Amino acid sequence: MSAIRLENLDISYGETRITHGISLDIAEGESFALVGESGSGKSTVLRAIAGLAPEWTGRIELLGRPRGHGIDKAKVRDCQMVFQDPYGSIHPRKTIDATLSEPLAIHGFGNRDERVEEMLKAVGLDRRFRFRFPHQLSGGQRQRVAIARALMLEPRILLLDEPTSALDVSVQAEILNLLKRLRREQNLTFLLVTHNLPVVSFLCERLAVMRQGRIVEVANVDQLKKGAFAEPYSRELFTASGGV
Amino acid sequence: MSAPLLELENLRVSFPTAHGRVEVVKGISFTLGRERLGIVGESGSGKSMTGRSILKLIRSPGKVTADRMTFDGVDLLGQSERQMRAIRGARISMVMQDPKFSLNPVMTVGDQIAEALRFHARLSKGERKARVLSMLEAVRIDDPERVSRLYPHEVSGGMGQRIMIAMMLIPEPDLLIADEPTSALDVSVQSQVLDIIDDLIRTKGMGLIFISHDLNLVSRYCDRILVMNSGRVVEECAASELADASHPYTRGLLAAMPRLDETREELPVLDRASWGGT
Amino acid sequence: MASARNWLLADSPSSRLQANLGRTYRISAALLRNPLTVIGAIIILVLVVTALFAPWIAPYSATGQNLSNRLLPPGAEHWMGTDELGRDIFSRVIYGSQITLTIVLLVAVIAAPLGLLIGAVSGYFGGWVDRLLMGVTDIFLSLPKLILALAFVAALGPGINNAIIAIAITTWPAYARIARAETLTFRNSEFISALQLQGASAARVIVRHILPLCTSSMIIRVTLDMAGIILTAAGLGFLGLGAQPPLPEWGAMISRGRAFILDQWWVATMPGIAIIVVSLGFCFLGDGLRDVLDPKQGDKY
Repeated sequence: MSAIRLENLDISYGETRITHGISLDIAEGESFALVGESGSGKSTVLRAIAGLAPEWTGRIELLGRPRGHGIDKAKVRDCQMVFQDPYGSIHPRKTIDATLSEPLAIHGFGNRDERVEEMLKAVGLDRRFRFRFPHQLSGGQRQRVAIARALMLEPRILLLDEPTSALDVSVQAEILNLLKRLRREQNLTFLLVTHNLPVVSFLCERLAVMRQGRIVEVANVDQLKKGAFAEPYSRELFTASGGV
Repeated sequence: MSAPLLELENLRVSFPTAHGRVEVVKGISFTLGRERLGIVGESGSGKSMTGRSILKLIRSPGKVTADRMTFDGVDLLGQSERQMRAIRGARISMVMQDPKFSLNPVMTVGDQIAEALRFHARLSKGERKARVLSMLEAVRIDDPERVSRLYPHEVSGGMGQRIMIAMMLIPEPDLLIADEPTSALDVSVQSQVLDIIDDLIRTKGMGLIFISHDLNLVSRYCDRILVMNSGRVVEECAASELADASHPYTRGLLAAMPRLDETREELPVLDRASWGGT
Repeated sequence: MASARNWLLADSPSSRLQANLGRTYRISAALLRNPLTVIGAIIILVLVVTALFAPWIAPYSATGQNLSNRLLPPGAEHWMGTDELGRDIFSRVIYGSQITLTIVLLVAVIAAPLGLLIGAVSGYFGGWVDRLLMGVTDIFLSLPKLILALAFVAALGPGINNAIIAIAITTWPAYARIARAETLTFRNSEFISALQLQGASAARVIVRHILPLCTSSMIIRVTLDMAGIILTAAGLGFLGLGAQPPLPEWGAMISRGRAFILDQWWVATMPGIAIIVVSLGFCFLGDGLRDVLDPKQGDKY
């Protein structure tokens, strides 16, 4: 079964059309990347799948079932998102504990204490972080919290919007390792949006290159490693990223 | 090499906090000729503070001390704020990360570049305009006439950064400090902008201090590299020899970066305890 | 003592309670570093204590007349003198603090939450909800405060309760504006998106996540406005539309003293001083709170 299926997806913000006829099929358990430069519409596709960009036509299916335009309470348990900015994506005045308990409270989950502790452990955060406020955490630790929050509802699909681009290289390595391990352990499907091709090479199996709201090319990661793209624009991106 | 352009000895920058003064730059020294020097480090390494302290842009309560800080024979530490203003821009320029915050939103691009010239050279209006247009051309802007009449919000990020560079280079300074000049830009634009900087530096025989978190980028565009970690220089090497870097921190950083042809199952993580870093 | 402090400042609190107490402690400690804030806080504290224990503090009754002691100047017997009916002004000022505190508290309790909620709803939903709510807010804002309060009191009839309602009605729009502006700054931020993605209802996002972020600026603003509220209340009292005689409301007392202002200055001056001191107290405290709680100062606490 496919985890995410997009068919002829046109997304708009008001009068502006952002994407044109996006069609994609991402299998369950796969790790797929959308790459492109700013303005290519890659993040918008992610937001539409999440339900944050409700103005679209076409079809979005999650785990075989079509999704509506807004956010509904049943869908959010299948599909969660990790945002780019670890500083802006966590409520500044709530403890980590409150941030992680909130999704459980919304959905009426029981034994929250245990679940929070368990999740902190899973994302490699010590217990003593539990009652800290976000400003007492570093960027990498915050991003771990954001990943933990996304996984609290035990989703099967994780949407990742440039999850490491705001982090230092050494911290990026830790977060990438974490994501890879979590995916293996929980059999998650990843849809990663990034401009960083080496990250794709490490974390993903297939990628789609986007430009000006259209998909230029869908390739597998072996093609990426060799730079064996069919389209000139993809090769351009490859060279700009230091590929030869 | 001729006499050094910039000499720094035991530079220290400190800020007061609730727990007393904390040094963010802990005694670094280097000399710079008319060459391209890269300063690499992660956030909090003190690399930006180093760049800013050369221009004495550290505001109170921050404090800068050094045993020696001379630029082309001039003792920077002894300069008054007024004398510094004459040096900034005219002799040492700085390009910062985000053009959006560095350009005046209510002034056309052409006027802003001309403004940079007004302070530092006596030229007629016509001459100034010609200089502005040729500078815009030098940063590879196709239609300089049109672009010079645009306002900053009407240009893209890459073009904004090129305009910033034009503005910084038009007074023909001897030293350019570029602090993460391209990290707000797309990769393809990134190399364009850096190529332009590189080209101008070489033809004009200027010195460059390129501050960045990106080891690869710095090694591509510099002759010499300083690697900084928590306020100290931990490694100094020629850019071409970066791959043979000896310090565990540098080696760790290099290894932690994923590669385009990545085959490792897991990325090695810095063992911060191994060299006593934070 | 030292161990209690360490417990409060612990880097890794082990419970919700400890985390929140630690934050409260840090804020109070920062407040106490500013001497003006401490003065303001002491004034407000004295006001509260005076109001609570007025019957024990005041040497005489607030309303008991003694016509043989009319218009005595301040002295050992009557610290602030007596008024035209022989009532002890010091006792009346003491009892008057109860009225002032009641007005201030009730206005804060009515106007601030109302404004906060309207502003947050308006900012969060945007669109026609925003236009409608802000239209109403603007109508109220465009009318001069005291005149509007006068109109309400005229319609509802004079009296302390109606004065409170009138003042509350004139103060909420400013709070709604602030709350809306603040909500707009983070309604599109990623942590709100993340909450929406978790399936949180709009009511939950507003009440549990947006309102707490607006409260610190609201506390600052309300504290700074207190002086204005006290003055408006006094103004209404002065015009005879607020508290009715023989209630010892400070504004009404000044109004009565006006007749003797040239010969018996203390009758109007003493309650005037009380108004000034309390207003100043709120201003000092508000300024201090702003320095500590203002979100623009960064999320240090």
